Amino acid sequence: MIKLRTLPTIALLALAMLICSLAPRPATAQGAAADPFAAALERLAGGDFGQIVEGINALAALGDARAVPILRALGDNALAKRQSDQRLAILRDDGPIDAATGTRLEPADRAAYAPIGINNRVRVALRGALGRLVLFSPDDAERLAAAQGVYRSRAAENLPLIERAYAAERNPRIKAQLELALAATRLMSPDAATRRAGVDTLGASSSAEARALLVETRAAANSDAELVAAVDRALASLDFRLQIASAAQTFFQGLSLGSVLLLAAIGLAITFGVMGVINMAHGEMVMIGAYATYLVQEAIRAWAPGLADVSILIAIPAAFLSAGAFGFVLERGLIRHLYGRPLETLLMTFGLGMIVQQAVRLAFGAQNREVSSPTWMQGTIALPGGIAITQNRLWIIVFGLAVLLATVAVIRFTRFGLNMRAVTQNRPIAATMGIPTGRVDAMTFAFGSGIAGMAGVALSQIDNVSPNLGTGYIIDSFMVVVFGGVGNLAGTLVGAFILGIVNKVLEPYAGAVLGKIFVLVAIILFIQRRPRGLFALRGRFVES
Amino acid sequence: MTSILGKPVGRRQILRGAAGAAIGAAALHGTKASAQAAPIKVGVLHSLSGTMAISETALRDTVLMMVQKQNAEGGLLGRRIEPVVVDPASNWPLFAEKARELLQVQRCDVVFGCWTSVSRKSVLPVFEELNGLLFYPVQYEGEEESRNIFYTGAAPNQQAIPAVDYLMSADGGSARRIALLGTDYVYPRTTNRILRAYLISKGIPEADILEEYTPFGHSDWQGIVARVKAFANQGKKTAIVSTINGDANVPFYRELGNQGIKAEDLPSVAFSVGEEELAGIDTRPLVGHLAAWNYFMSVQAPANTEFLNMWRAYINNPRRVTNDPMEATYTGFKMWTQAVRAANTTAVDAVRTAMIGQKVMAPCGYEETMGANHHLSKPVMIGEVQANGQFNIVWRTPGPIPAENWSPFIPENANRRRGG
Repeated sequence: MIKLRTLPTIALLALAMLICSLAPRPATAQGAAADPFAAALERLAGGDFGQIVEGINALAALGDARAVPILRALGDNALAKRQSDQRLAILRDDGPIDAATGTRLEPADRAAYAPIGINNRVRVALRGALGRLVLFSPDDAERLAAAQGVYRSRAAENLPLIERAYAAERNPRIKAQLELALAATRLMSPDAATRRAGVDTLGASSSAEARALLVETRAAANSDAELVAAVDRALASLDFRLQIASAAQTFFQGLSLGSVLLLAAIGLAITFGVMGVINMAHGEMVMIGAYATYLVQEAIRAWAPGLADVSILIAIPAAFLSAGAFGFVLERGLIRHLYGRPLETLLMTFGLGMIVQQAVRLAFGAQNREVSSPTWMQGTIALPGGIAITQNRLWIIVFGLAVLLATVAVIRFTRFGLNMRAVTQNRPIAATMGIPTGRVDAMTFAFGSGIAGMAGVALSQIDNVSPNLGTGYIIDSFMVVVFGGVGNLAGTLVGAFILGIVNKVLEPYAGAVLGKIFVLVAIILFIQRRPRGLFALRGRFVES
Repeated sequence: MTSILGKPVGRRQILRGAAGAAIGAAALHGTKASAQAAPIKVGVLHSLSGTMAISETALRDTVLMMVQKQNAEGGLLGRRIEPVVVDPASNWPLFAEKARELLQVQRCDVVFGCWTSVSRKSVLPVFEELNGLLFYPVQYEGEEESRNIFYTGAAPNQQAIPAVDYLMSADGGSARRIALLGTDYVYPRTTNRILRAYLISKGIPEADILEEYTPFGHSDWQGIVARVKAFANQGKKTAIVSTINGDANVPFYRELGNQGIKAEDLPSVAFSVGEEELAGIDTRPLVGHLAAWNYFMSVQAPANTEFLNMWRAYINNPRRVTNDPMEATYTGFKMWTQAVRAANTTAVDAVRTAMIGQKVMAPCGYEETMGANHHLSKPVMIGEVQANGQFNIVWRTPGPIPAENWSPFIPENANRRRGG
């Protein structure tokens, strides 16, 4: 925690702050002089957010480690006032304790305590105060949070503290964050040379937040021409790196959107591309997969809470089987009677999609179902150069490619794949070879539906699990399959990623609405030129 | 051609005669019905399927709950209330057809319905033509006033403007740059037009306002959130004002969480996200983001306890939440029964006159009054999302404020009469 030799500085600062903050309130000044810690605590119970913030800052200035659990409790909404005498208490699971002394408080009933509400302003103050107080904690995560806290609070009086923490830090990630914090805090310094040093450090960083600080510094430094020049230099170098980062980011977003399109379209590439069935209920297969994910999650929550982090992996086969089974029944029950009648198939599957949607709505309700992300899919990975990649998107890209590879493998290397290719290429000859064409049709359709179900698992992570989940993807899926070339999985892959990247590159200029329209128009023009899509199949069977 | 007494009669004349007979029969039926104390018919015009079902089904349930309660208390004017539920399926033209059906075929005395402004705009001419009565329970962009509609949700000055004021205050983080994000339709566009004018009047330069629209059901928010982040890194405290509607909100908040945007650094205030919408998301990464409404489920007031208990008993699920439009439906229904009692009839013209000045102790904890402009006076509250999906109220007006449905920040309204 706080080392002994800093105590005099901190005490001095605390005294100065106390004198300043207590001056307009002579009534409480006497009690405060006796015990500044108690006085600061008293202000936490003050009533309005302004007073709470004052209390937090006073506690931070005292540098007293006793304040840490109290401030943490405040952040967790666990700090409360005893109704009878306004005494501050920390509400813990095993009962309330006195905030100042840590002894048990009576009564144990929570109703006797009024929690202290906080808002964003209080949270900002808390972050800075806790950052100051735990900057020397032995725990890496705590120190990192503390470094971020002092970076954002940027109080000039923290400077010596951060300098020492920076010198002592061994963990490179925390050290980098502390370097930023140091630079940001230096900007607040009254000394011009110190300020310039801060500017130079920030200019060499790739932090987008640093840009905001630099712009602020520039606005505040009107008279200091040298500083303004330094800021401008720093901004120029920072902006260059930020632009590269932003381009990389856009590319990643495009890949991510492409992977979503790919997932939604692979199943359709089988049922529409290979079999030629216009399945308007394709989106509902995706939706069934998403609901299967939800059911698996609920089952695991109820019976095996320890498996919560892998529930999504268990959901993948579950979604494949449930959507596949539905596809099998659909093909055997309805679609096979309509082969060779595309218009009827289209209308029938469209109507069926609506029936499935409403059935799910009746069974599960119109509300969205919450599918939580496993911990390994949350948050972002920070790459050097200030590029941040969201974990869930990254995993979906990996998953999309894996599903595509698995599909290709099944078609190329299995008996079922061979039968499937034989039947689609030449049905009569395949039949004469003893291939049960009817069963192969059913299995192929079930396979495509099952893949759509697996897409539902991925979409449950980024979209709403609601009865109309699938409707948003049906048009996009057809677009990808037609653009890429009907009956060609490589085309689906390339088509999906091209559409994803073009969409994301256009978005900043045209806006989300117009961007989509542009893409659609571009595809229409493209299909006019090349009706068979990017990767046109050649050969005799194409004509038939 | 048929001929009666040797004179040829056209098909059209026969039709006309038949229609006359039908009208006569209907009129006869009407008088007979009231003599026997036929039930009072309450139409429910909420989408039970399609994209808006997520929000509107709870409103249907609220109306049905109120009808059940009223019937249990002996009905109204000694007559039973009979609900007539139709499903306009989130399809705007179908709203108009269903409204016509409720008024002409079912002869409803009053209709509770609509959520999106586009659905309200589509039924408005029907209600005006047939002199029906519609209670509209959702906050909206204003710029409307129909003698056949009572608006029990908020006008912009009762939601949007106080919310922006809060963001710019010290408690709200002193924001000086505002990103206006919305779904692309009439409500967000009009609200943002009002907000832009308001922000400029408060000294915010045009360059510090970002406006972005997305389609209904937008699910890929990566680019827009990244752009807002870049917008926030220009050196002034930034905040997001969201008029995103419907289920697009869930992926939007997920993206905020995933990109590590903390409410302390970049707070967002939403006008269309309530307890019901949050029920579908993990709210832990969203703690501190804001919503502005006239009611939150977490309000501590006897009227709210009564409302909550009634709802949970009716829906038979102790975990179901309530939200602002449900409260507005509840308040509107109560007010309508009071007006019917005061007028001693369900006739539209009499009820309309009796509605003005009606007061109800609403679950938000304040007494709300119906103004002459057909809008309710309402308190404004700002809530912060908590980890349990509820809102912690961090700011509220001292009392209900009257609605300004014609915003003074839209230049075309300069010559209109204002206020109730």
